[in-house]
Amino acid sequence: MSRKNKEQIRLMEVCGTHTMAIARSGIKKALPKNIELISGPGCPVCVTPQKGIDKAIKIASIKNVIMTTFGDMMRVPGTNNSLHSLKGEGKDVRVIYSCLDALNIAKDNPDKKVVFMGVGFETTSPTVAAAVLEAERERLKNFSVLSNFKAIFPALEAIAGSRHLKIDGFICPGHVSVITGSNPYKKIAKYYKKPCVIAGFEPDDILKGIRRLIMKLRKDEYDVEIEYERAVQTEGNPTALRVLDTVFRPVDSIWRGLGLIQKSGLKLRKRYKVFDAEEKFKVKVPESYPLKGCICAKILTGEKLPADCKLFKKVCSPESPIGPCMVSSEGTCAAYYRYEG
Amino acid sequence: MSDRITLAHGNGGRLMRELIDKLRLKFSNRTLDEMADAAEVSVKNNKIAFSTDSYVIKPLFFPGGDIGKLAVFGTINDIAMKGAKPLFISLAFIIEDGLELQILDKIARSIKWAAKKAGIKVVTGDIKIVEKGAAEAIFINTSGVGEIIHKGDPIGVRAKKGDAIIINGSIAEHGMAIFNAREKLGFMSDIKSDCRNLNLQVERCLKASNNISFMRDLTRGGLATALNEIALCSNLGIEIEEKYIPIKHNVRRLCEVVGFDPLYIANEGKFLCFVRPKDAIRVKRAMGKKARIIGKVVSSHRKEVYLRTALGSSRILAMLEHDQLPRIC
Amino acid sequence: MCLAVPARIKSIHKDRAIVDFGGIKKEISLGILQGVKKGDYVLIHAGFAITKMKRHKAKDVLKALTELKNVAKE
Repeated sequence: MSRKNKEQIRLMEVCGTHTMAIARSGIKKALPKNIELISGPGCPVCVTPQKGIDKAIKIASIKNVIMTTFGDMMRVPGTNNSLHSLKGEGKDVRVIYSCLDALNIAKDNPDKKVVFMGVGFETTSPTVAAAVLEAERERLKNFSVLSNFKAIFPALEAIAGSRHLKIDGFICPGHVSVITGSNPYKKIAKYYKKPCVIAGFEPDDILKGIRRLIMKLRKDEYDVEIEYERAVQTEGNPTALRVLDTVFRPVDSIWRGLGLIQKSGLKLRKRYKVFDAEEKFKVKVPESYPLKGCICAKILTGEKLPADCKLFKKVCSPESPIGPCMVSSEGTCAAYYRYEG
Repeated sequence: MSDRITLAHGNGGRLMRELIDKLRLKFSNRTLDEMADAAEVSVKNNKIAFSTDSYVIKPLFFPGGDIGKLAVFGTINDIAMKGAKPLFISLAFIIEDGLELQILDKIARSIKWAAKKAGIKVVTGDIKIVEKGAAEAIFINTSGVGEIIHKGDPIGVRAKKGDAIIINGSIAEHGMAIFNAREKLGFMSDIKSDCRNLNLQVERCLKASNNISFMRDLTRGGLATALNEIALCSNLGIEIEEKYIPIKHNVRRLCEVVGFDPLYIANEGKFLCFVRPKDAIRVKRAMGKKARIIGKVVSSHRKEVYLRTALGSSRILAMLEHDQLPRIC
Repeated sequence: MCLAVPARIKSIHKDRAIVDFGGIKKEISLGILQGVKKGDYVLIHAGFAITKMKRHKAKDVLKALTELKNVAKE
């Protein structure tokens, strides 16, 4: 199954940060024409279902709640509004840099309920797990986490196994791999015959990563390689993985665009129930339906490009985003809009 | 006098008189001391530049400056951008009931210093006190008058094809200084606002060349926004070399850590000069040691700004959509 | 999907450290990274050190592009 020379090579950059780095540095325009880069679902904001955002907005609207989140989530449109517009209406919604900031806010406001709304993959979830452990040590009673965390590998497998997506290889997320190491990619490489290269985020890292993928395809090498050697070890970060496993357990979860993927989400374990905002607040939100004309679902899997979307640039823009691919700082549509003209 | 401003200070009585006198003495000059309802001033040239701006910044005091300094330099810089020499400003305060007198005093001293540095006079003023909640601590409006000294075509109408684009120094300092002071995310840095008066630099530029087509000081929205606005109003394209854009190491780092693009971050002491290529080196020298030629005006991709990256490929540099928020993705 | 920036450890106190990003200092947590000492170079994400790191020398990006183009043409 040798890759013929000069044949079209389709590589997926999984991670939204890679999508943005590629667009911002002008790599896409500089590549030879036979190499196609397809953006993947590694954009935590993009894959969080509408319901997840609506739940956060509903909880943020409750009296005496201080909602804290990373800036990434503020402008994502829920069914009716966003956390940003809620803040504009006077609700206490705060942008923080670290989950630990939420702990400090909880300590400073003992009469308020502080909720941290988190999205992210394996890079971020261990930091939140560590914050929960710290909250337990400090016996904090007014802090909880609304988890929309996911694991990237089940989604990668779904894409690798897809018959109509035709991806030849994966540029793998450098920082997720710092935590997980390179072992989880072995199955995707060997079983699905898609070489994987874990790349850093500088332009030369990405170019090197693409070059190594092409070389592997030429030689039929279906394995995992670490380009980002200065930060990624084969075994990853065992402490982080242990902390993550202590606090969270895998559950089935819905991905915008990919639907339900088994064991791809994270929920706090029973022991940490008091820190689980889902259990504390038990809010119900109606089912959400995809917005008419929005094809974010197909863009997240690389099936379609932003230019294929009827709403792109005409109705949907960063100032008035319809879907998450446009509102996210790493969304594919946002990258195209900002950097492709 | 008590140590806080109250509504009584605005009622026209003794307290108000005392407050006005205290402030007036800080800026004392013949025109202001007349205490007439309007200031009578004269300008040599019959072409004047007139500008106004209001200042509502929080926090009031930040590394590198304060609302007073900003209120003076912001308006006189706008006047200078027209190729004019700033001469006089008006000064109006809207003060929230309860503001500490010593804060007003500190701001007034800063205004006095800034006016002296820029070589301009405060010739008329106003104070209003409003109830708690109607203003956030203090709002300041300054309007300014200057005489046009540029001898060539009017500046600021449109740039010309082929113009060299020069910036007088490094970007994103003011915005990041404010961000760090306001958001209190725990970053310790010595980033200071670059708030300064640009009129003297501008005068040197005008002496160096009569072929300046545009000058624009970079404020909110940063370098990228200013370039886009000029490309739009000139109906021309702009090409910028990313590697020539000056930015301090620590500013670049803080932007990286919180996920901000420095090209969209506010400045208060930086401006762009668009000039015919034959005068570019002379004007660059006039703009100071830290000035850099960063790009040029072209006739292709009209109304758009393109950035050439280190890879040698160009990508569009779009307008800012909304304020940036710290992110982790 | 992750912004992480390298920094040097300036001081450590229990599970917290002050790091220097290069003119920008901050207190961060060592809650998910063990075996760190003063002077180490680490990667910081969302207020936590996630791994020790080796310093990256700025590489010639045009050279990397040329090498890629050569391989793609073969």
